[in-house]
Order: sequence, then structure tokens, then C-alpha cells
Amino acid sequence: MNALQVVMFLLVAAGGTLTVLTRDPLRQALIFSLYGLLMTILFVVIKAGDVALSELAVGAAATPLMLLAAIASVRNPDE
Amino acid sequence: MSTRLRLFVLWVGAVGLGLLIAIAIWRLPGFGHYPGPYGDMLNSLAPYERQVTNVVTAINFDYRALDTLGEEFILFAAVSGLVLLLRGKRGESAGEPPNPPDERALVPRSDALRWASLGFIAVINLFGSYMVLHGHLTPGGGFQGGAILGIASILVYVAFDYRSYRKTTPKEWIEVVEAIGAGSYALVGLGAIFAGGAFLQNVLPLGERGHLFSGGTIPLINFAVGLEVAAGFALLFLEFLEETRTPKPEDIES
Repeated sequence: MNALQVVMFLLVAAGGTLTVLTRDPLRQALIFSLYGLLMTILFVVIKAGDVALSELAVGAAATPLMLLAAIASVRNPDE
Repeated sequence: MSTRLRLFVLWVGAVGLGLLIAIAIWRLPGFGHYPGPYGDMLNSLAPYERQVTNVVTAINFDYRALDTLGEEFILFAAVSGLVLLLRGKRGESAGEPPNPPDERALVPRSDALRWASLGFIAVINLFGSYMVLHGHLTPGGGFQGGAILGIASILVYVAFDYRSYRKTTPKEWIEVVEAIGAGSYALVGLGAIFAGGAFLQNVLPLGERGHLFSGGTIPLINFAVGLEVAAGFALLFLEFLEETRTPKPEDIES
């Protein structure tokens, strides 16, 4: 394991913890996207290019987008 | 159950689970030391056996194509289930759509957002198409490229408004494309049977490694998966965004 991989593993752990500890759903969706981006970089530095691309599309973009749409649909517009 | 007994059960469980996890981690192969023979075998064989340069795609769409067919139908079933659930209330009749785009409030977009999104739409569509078409040559493939294309569709909504989004992503077409994508995968497999092979056997000429038309049925299946995933993701976003309308009185159950 080289230094870059160690750093990315630690950052992913930090990102996951931060996602869990965030209580506001809107912020959580955005931090989850950031976490997906960190996972993508981790997959790149352990040379898993195909998985990195899947994670980038699904984890960093599609899932947060769907969460945002879901939050928008349950939120009271008058608030 | 008294609190003490509960705590006792908790600690027995926690210590037991901790021990099992510790043993499991202890017996793991070292970081970067892959123990099995199959990955290494395919890594050295697949480029010559199947004339492709991306072994991951060769495994997904050829050696283990049956597994991927199942996975593809998991996505298909998930999208269909979501559509069923969300449309249940809105009705299936082909008449007036339950929430005409014209009724949506026009949220103004800043110039920066509009122009940045517009630029990204072109680049992301190009990148996604490239990835679907070159799945057997470079990292990525139908799934990744399809997901990227599906995301590109929603950028129209980010850049302009809901009406433009519904015009550029017509639901009737998206549904058909998704079905065609899902069905074509199975049809390629059936075609192999009619050509005298086994289900999903790679019966087409393999061509020359590194060329766009190489790998036999791999790029075909790859393209089918790309269609299915792109349309599936686009449909997911469509259905979710339909839910973000301002509810009308008849939408709200008493």
C-alpha cells in the first residue's frame, strides 16, 4: 500500500463518517456526493478503473440527484 | 427481559461478532495479494481468446454474460417497480398528463449555471457515448456509459426549465428504448442458439484486437446494456421529478 492509497482510505473513512453524522437531508445528499467522489479517487488509486467509473456515475451523481428530487418532492414549499 | 439480561445478551453478541470479524480479518490475504487463479488466467487469456483489450468487459459480457443478464434485469425490474409505484396514483390513462409542464413555476437560472450546464451537456453526452461504444477497448462500458448518458438528460432541467426537459426527454420514447435495450441482450443470447452455439455464446467473428469492431458479441451486448441503463436512469429521474410538482387538491388524500 503506497502513501496515496493510505490517504484515500482515510479520506473515504472520514467522508463516510461525515455523511452519517450530517443530520440535514439536503446537506447529507451533497456530502454523500462528495463521498462518492472520494470513493471514485480511491478506486482509481487502487487501479480499478471500471469500478471507479461506475462509482462516479452512480455514487457521485445519480444517487445524490435522486435524493435531491425526493427531498424536493416531500418538502413543504412554504417553508 | 430485565435490563441486566438485555445487556448480557448484547455483550455476548458484541464480543462474539467482534471475535468473528477479527478472525476473518486475520485470515484475509494481504493487501494487493489476489489468491485465486481465475482472474490472473483471464487477464492473460482474454485478450487473445476474445480479441478485446478490456478484460472486465469480456468477463461481464462474455465469460459471465448470464450473470450480467440477471443483473441487467434487476435494474429493469427496479425501474419498472418504481414506475408502477409512482404512477399508481397518477393513473395510466393516455389523456391529459397529471401535471402539465406548463403549470410548473419557472425558476430563474443564473447565466453561470445555464452556460456551464449547456457546455457539460455536450461533453457528457459525448463522453457517455464514447464509453458505451468503446467498452471492450477502454475502461468503462455499457453500464457506466449508460449511467453517464442518463445523467446528461437531467442537465437540461438544470440549465433551462422543466418544459425543455420534458421535450428533450420524451417519456414514451424512453420507455421503448429501455425495453429494446433489455430485450436485445436476451435476443443476442438466443441468436447464438440459432447460430448453433450455446445461450450467449460468442458466435460472431472476433475481428482484430484494438479495433472498434472486435470481440464478437461483446460490443453488441455492451450497446444493448448502454441503451437499457441510459433509458432506465432517464426514466428514474423523470418519474422522480414528476413527483416534485406542487400538489393539486385532488392529489392529496383526505
